[in-house]
Amino acid sequence: MPIPDPDPNIAARQRWMAVLARAAATQIEALLEAVPPLPDCVVLRGPEAGLVMLRGRAGGAGTRFNMGEMTVTRCTVRSTGGQVGHAYVSGRDGRQAELAARLDAALQDPARHDAIQAAVIAPLAEAQAAARAETTRKAAATRVQFFTMATMRS
Amino acid sequence: MSIDLPGFADPVSGAQTCFRAVLDAMARPGSLHAAGQGLTPPAPLDPATAAVLLTLVDADTTLATDAACAPARDWLVFHCGAPLAADPAAAAFVLATALPDLATLRAGTDEGPEEAATLVLQVAALGRGAALRLAGPGLRTPATLRVEGLPEGFASAWARNHALFPRGVDIILCAGDQLAALPRSVAITEEAS
Repeated sequence: MPIPDPDPNIAARQRWMAVLARAAATQIEALLEAVPPLPDCVVLRGPEAGLVMLRGRAGGAGTRFNMGEMTVTRCTVRSTGGQVGHAYVSGRDGRQAELAARLDAALQDPARHDAIQAAVIAPLAEAQAAARAETTRKAAATRVQFFTMATMRS
Repeated sequence: MSIDLPGFADPVSGAQTCFRAVLDAMARPGSLHAAGQGLTPPAPLDPATAAVLLTLVDADTTLATDAACAPARDWLVFHCGAPLAADPAAAAFVLATALPDLATLRAGTDEGPEEAATLVLQVAALGRGAALRLAGPGLRTPATLRVEGLPEGFASAWARNHALFPRGVDIILCAGDQLAALPRSVAITEEAS
């Protein structure tokens, strides 16, 4: 999990960027129908796909190792209001990256923030939390209790 | 932060077209080539200068800029991903609007002449101004390149750079949406205009 930034504005932006990064383009598009159209944007970079090295930590000392590469698509846009929106999403869906970047720019605009937060981000976050809870519930049913000899003797 | 300007509209074909222009310019020193049409780089960069940097500079090459180009640094780092070098002597690419001392830039070694720096020099104009007479590989007969914005004594500074061959700095001259190249192999004399 990412470490939240101490600055509340940045932490809030991290939250909505994380929600958008996990949402499919079709989901975002469906929810966008309920809000006024997004401001026009100039694409500054991308959407472009690339590889990101994932690093893990192993052993008691937490030594870093390269776990493998992951496909990531990124996009940066500037809205007519001057806000610059960034998006880094997993996979190769350029449409999702562009939508996420445009929403990131729109969410930084105080005049649009509340409407988009309520109509797009909140339902997406809720759906993602529900999906996660469902996975956790299914996994919990398969839990196996291990007993060590020491535990059994006591 | 001044990253709010786009790079190439189509990064792949934009960089390929500009790379071809740089290649042709290096192969035929002094010839003028179009580059960077349609680009809207931040001040003080001209479209050709920006196109050359977007094409050649990436995460594997260090870039140094002179103080006059400092406002464009954020934009260059954002689009090229290049690490900035504080010291021009350590940089693979040097961006300048005024001719730096060529002897201070990386000249490569006899074993690794490709490690020499490339100077991307933005000048006032190409095709007019003081005439330089160029001779060397790539030129069947000596060619003339007119450049506005090079300082007095450029030919003697270049002669010292040229004498280092196979080491030495290569220069890409950019103005507006035109570029010309001065590879280290070319010999330059100033023509009386």
